[in-house]
Amino acid sequence: MAEVVVFGIFATVALAGAISMIAAHNPVYSAIGLLSTMFALAVMYILLDAHFVAAVQVIVYAGAVMTLFLFVIMLIGVDKPDAYGRQVPGQRIVTAVIAVGLFAAIVLAARSAWITGSDAFGTFELNGTIENVADELFGTWTIVFLSTVMLLTIAALGTIALAYFGIEVEDEEATL
Amino acid sequence: MDLVVTSSWYMILAAALFSLGVAGVLIRRNALVMFMSIELMLNSINLTFVAVSKDLGLIEGQVAALFVMVVAAAEVTVGLAIIVAIFRKRSSANVDELSEMRG
Repeated sequence: MAEVVVFGIFATVALAGAISMIAAHNPVYSAIGLLSTMFALAVMYILLDAHFVAAVQVIVYAGAVMTLFLFVIMLIGVDKPDAYGRQVPGQRIVTAVIAVGLFAAIVLAARSAWITGSDAFGTFELNGTIENVADELFGTWTIVFLSTVMLLTIAALGTIALAYFGIEVEDEEATL
Repeated sequence: MDLVVTSSWYMILAAALFSLGVAGVLIRRNALVMFMSIELMLNSINLTFVAVSKDLGLIEGQVAALFVMVVAAAEVTVGLAIIVAIFRKRSSANVDELSEMRG
């Protein structure tokens, strides 16, 4: 029963954060909404016995990624009262229809599988400790892990190149 | 009746979060907020992975979630760098104003 209460509270927090992220006119409020969603999801991971993923969620997403987002928002400036910009006629209604339709389609498409597969948890022993996750990560998926190392290195180099050459182009335009 | 949290509860929450992310991408015109919506979609997929991992008793779902996080981190780095580069040139993060390639 306690699990139901915790799930209810944090599912509400996650949905409220997501809605406020979409609805807020100020990008900073959007970032705060997304931050609360990410913390709520970390609680969900703990409920699902994925302790290491929950820790990574807080450190990487709520820590690093959202800090980067807030940094860029502050760099770009909290600008423009018209945060929604020009709207295509009927854009909000069409968006609402698409979002609700997509949700209904996902639920309908997966319903039968969920009914057969959604007995209460607890039939399997699963513990997402660092040790168990690391056994899998460095045992079975070593090559994939190494390729993510390459991916991160390339992304960092690309970002540096983008920032560096971006300044150069701007300087040329300034001198012209 | 005894109320128990099953995996489908997590799945429905994840589907709702994903739909909200899609709505955010469609309705917002600020490149940063659209980017946050994409992050929200990736997060909801992670929740699905972890819930299925618990449901099937396989740790691979959590490993997949970790890989998604790595890819998302790389994507955020490059994407925000692109947004900052565009902002330096155009002084705007509004995607409606980026229309030079319109034929």
